[in-house]
Amino acid sequence: MSETITRAQLAEAIYQEVGLSRNESADLLELVLKELTQALLKGETVKISSFGSFSVRQKGQRVGRNPKTGDEVPILPRKVLVFRPSQLLKARIRQGFAERRQPGADSQAKPAAAS
Amino acid sequence: MTKSELIAQIANGNPHLYQRDVERIVTNIFEEISKALGKGDRVELRGFGAFSVKHRDSRVGRNPRTGASVAVAEKAVPYFKTGKQLRDQLNG
Repeated sequence: MSETITRAQLAEAIYQEVGLSRNESADLLELVLKELTQALLKGETVKISSFGSFSVRQKGQRVGRNPKTGDEVPILPRKVLVFRPSQLLKARIRQGFAERRQPGADSQAKPAAAS
Repeated sequence: MTKSELIAQIANGNPHLYQRDVERIVTNIFEEISKALGKGDRVELRGFGAFSVKHRDSRVGRNPRTGASVAVAEKAVPYFKTGKQLRDQLNG
């Protein structure tokens, strides 16, 4: 079953790894997120090797539609954050997925689990 | 900004920490996120965004050069959805 990891588990992992207090581990996680956010708000690209990169893309104005009424509404120019995963992260996710689908190399007959 | 710049920045602001420890912390954060995604888990960081894994069905693709059909197997890909707070800040 797939779980949701939140700040609490990440802070716990830092606590286990580095031996700072739990409070300080949580503060550092927050600080990392804050630094990432500030760099992105300045329009910088953030590159984390073997993980991926975050960048800000400027989108132009376009015409959208209210799906309920069908009315045309202009979508104003805006900035969006884009995450591009590294090849390594993509490979890791693909591999993990393949292993969950076929645990053990020789149990190919096992039907695929419903997602 | 690169990962090493991020580490240096945090180390500078926290002189009581060894740069080495800051490096372990930063590496650990991204490693934990990668590990969770590898297991198919979701990572939600309120205000910043959420990382998740999306399933892509198998499909018939084409070699763009020759036009020949190629089977593309089903796979899972990482996905990031920007958090509401960050999205608003970007357009604030």
